Amino acid sequence: MTINMGPQHPATHGVLRVVLELEGEIIVKAIPHPGHLHRGMEKLAESKTYHQAIPLTDRLDYTNAMGNNLAYVLAVEKLLGIEVPKRAQYIRVMMAELQRIAAHLIWLGTHALDIGAMTLIFYNFREREQILRIFEEVAGGRLTPTYLRIGGVSKDLPDGIEEKIKSFVQAFPDHVKEYETLLTKNIIWLKRTKGVGVISKEDAISWGVTGPTLRGSGVKYDVRKAFPYSSYEQFNFDIPIGSVGDVYDRYTVRLREMEWSNSIVEQALERLPKGPIIANDSRITLPPKDDVTKDIASLIRQFKIVSEGFQPPVGEVYASVEASKGELGFYIVSDGSNRPFRFRIRTPSFANLSALPKMIEGSLIADVISVIGSIDIVLGEIDR
Amino acid sequence: MFAAVSKSKDKSNKTRLREDKEVAEINLAVKKLKEKFQNSILEILTFRGEVTVLVSKGEIFEIGQFLHSDPDLQYHLLTDLCGLDFFPQVPRFEVVYHLCSIKNNQRLRLRTKVGDNESISSVESIWKVANWYEREVYDLFGISFENHPDLRRILLWDGFEGHPLRKDYPVEGPDFDKPFIPEV
Repeated sequence: MTINMGPQHPATHGVLRVVLELEGEIIVKAIPHPGHLHRGMEKLAESKTYHQAIPLTDRLDYTNAMGNNLAYVLAVEKLLGIEVPKRAQYIRVMMAELQRIAAHLIWLGTHALDIGAMTLIFYNFREREQILRIFEEVAGGRLTPTYLRIGGVSKDLPDGIEEKIKSFVQAFPDHVKEYETLLTKNIIWLKRTKGVGVISKEDAISWGVTGPTLRGSGVKYDVRKAFPYSSYEQFNFDIPIGSVGDVYDRYTVRLREMEWSNSIVEQALERLPKGPIIANDSRITLPPKDDVTKDIASLIRQFKIVSEGFQPPVGEVYASVEASKGELGFYIVSDGSNRPFRFRIRTPSFANLSALPKMIEGSLIADVISVIGSIDIVLGEIDR
Repeated sequence: MFAAVSKSKDKSNKTRLREDKEVAEINLAVKKLKEKFQNSILEILTFRGEVTVLVSKGEIFEIGQFLHSDPDLQYHLLTDLCGLDFFPQVPRFEVVYHLCSIKNNQRLRLRTKVGDNESISSVESIWKVANWYEREVYDLFGISFENHPDLRRILLWDGFEGHPLRKDYPVEGPDFDKPFIPEV
C-alpha cells in the first residue's frame, strides 16, 4: 500500500511530503518530496547588495535566525578580510547560543508532542518566551531579529539586559532537569525512542548528516571545535555524543547541548569585553547614527553604503557555523561587483533529511513521526 | 591620508598571499593529488587560507574516490556540492565540491568545468549525500550527472520549464505579477 504523508501534516514540521510504500505496517520504501517552500533565495540574493541579503538569512531556519545571520556575516567578513571587535564577537556568541537553546526548546516541545507527551511544550515555550523577550530588547525583533551586521552587530546591548540574561541563565539548568523528569525515564518515551531510527557512524557521515543527529551516532564533529569562529576557542565547553545513533541518543545529545550552550552564555556574560561593537571601515560599515545628522562626510558615507553597498575583492569563500540543526555554511563567489556572483547556502536540514529513508526503511509507520522529529528539520532551510 | 591607508592594505594583502601559498604547499591532499593525477590537476588556487583545486571533468570520480579512501586524507564528509554559471563564458558551468576530513580537520574545495549540454560523472556511490545535491544542481542549473540512480527535479516540480539559477534566467519571470488561475 502507498501512503502519502504531508505536505499538510502536523508531524512533518512544515510542508514536507513523504510517500511511503508499506507492507502491512512495515515501511518498504520512503521517498521525501521537498520543495513546497522554495522561495528562490539563492537567486534572489544575487540581485541584492551584501547588506540587503542579511534579512533573507533570517528566513532560512526561522527558529535559528541569529545563527543564520552569523554564518552569512562571517562569510562576507572572510571575503573582505576584516576583523570584528572582540565585544561584537562575544555578543554574537551569546546571541547564537541563546538562539540555539530557543531552537532546541521548540524541537523538544514539538517532538514530544508528536510522540504524545503534551505537557512538555508548555514548559518549553515558557522558557523560549524569555529568550525571545531578550531578543526583542536587544535587536527589536523576536523571530527574525536581523541583529548582526557585516563587521559587528547593529546596536550595543541595552541597559539592564545583562541582569535579565543572567537570571535566565541561572534558572535554566533547573528547567532542563524539570524536562528530564517528564521524559528521560518515562517508559512510553523509552519505548517510542530507544532503538528507533538507528543510523551508524559511517552511514551518517556518508549521508552528509551533521549537528546533533551526527553526534547522536557517536561522531565528535562540531564546527565550533573543529573550525572555531567568533572566538569560540576561548570558551570552555564539551561536545556531547551518543553511542547507538537512535532517536533517544539524539534526544540526550540535544539536552546536554542546551546545558553547554547555557554555560557558554554565562561565560560570555562574565567576560564580556568593553569596546566598539562594529568595525570602523568607512567603505563597509555604516557610520554612527548621530554623526549622520551632523557631519556631511558621514551622510555621504551612509548614503553610498545604503544605495550602492561595497565592492569586495574577486574571490570565493566558504564559512560555516554550527547552527542548531548542524553545519550551516555560506559559499560566496564574488566577481568584484557590489552583489554576490553566487550565493550558495549549505543547509544542515537538507542533508539530514536526505538520510531519512535510510533511517526509517524497515521500521514501523508510527516510527516515522518520531524519526522526523528527532532529526529536527525546518523546511524553510531545506527549500530555501 | 587615503594613500597611507591603501599602502597598509597592500602590505597586508601581500602577507596574506604569502600565507596562502604556504597553506597550499603544506596541504597534504594537494601534494598527493599532484603526484597521482598529474594530468587532471589544472590549477591550485588559494584565497583567505582556503585551498581550491581546479580539476578536469574526466577524472573527477577517480579523484573523489582517492580523496575518500586514502588513509592519510579520509575526506569522508562531502559538505557541499553546488553549481556555478559563468554565462556567457565557454565552457559555461562549474561544479564545486566542498570536502571535509573529520580526522584531519581539513577542508578542500574541488572545482571542475562543465560545458553546456555536457554531463559529468556522479559521485553518489562515494558520498551518499551527493544524491540530493546532484539532483539540486540538475534542477536549478540543468547539468546532468552520469550514473546517478535517480536524477529528477528536487525543489521545483516536474514539468517546470527552465533552470532558475542560470544567469540568463530572469529573477522576475514573465508571470511575476500575474494572478495564478489554475485550470480546473
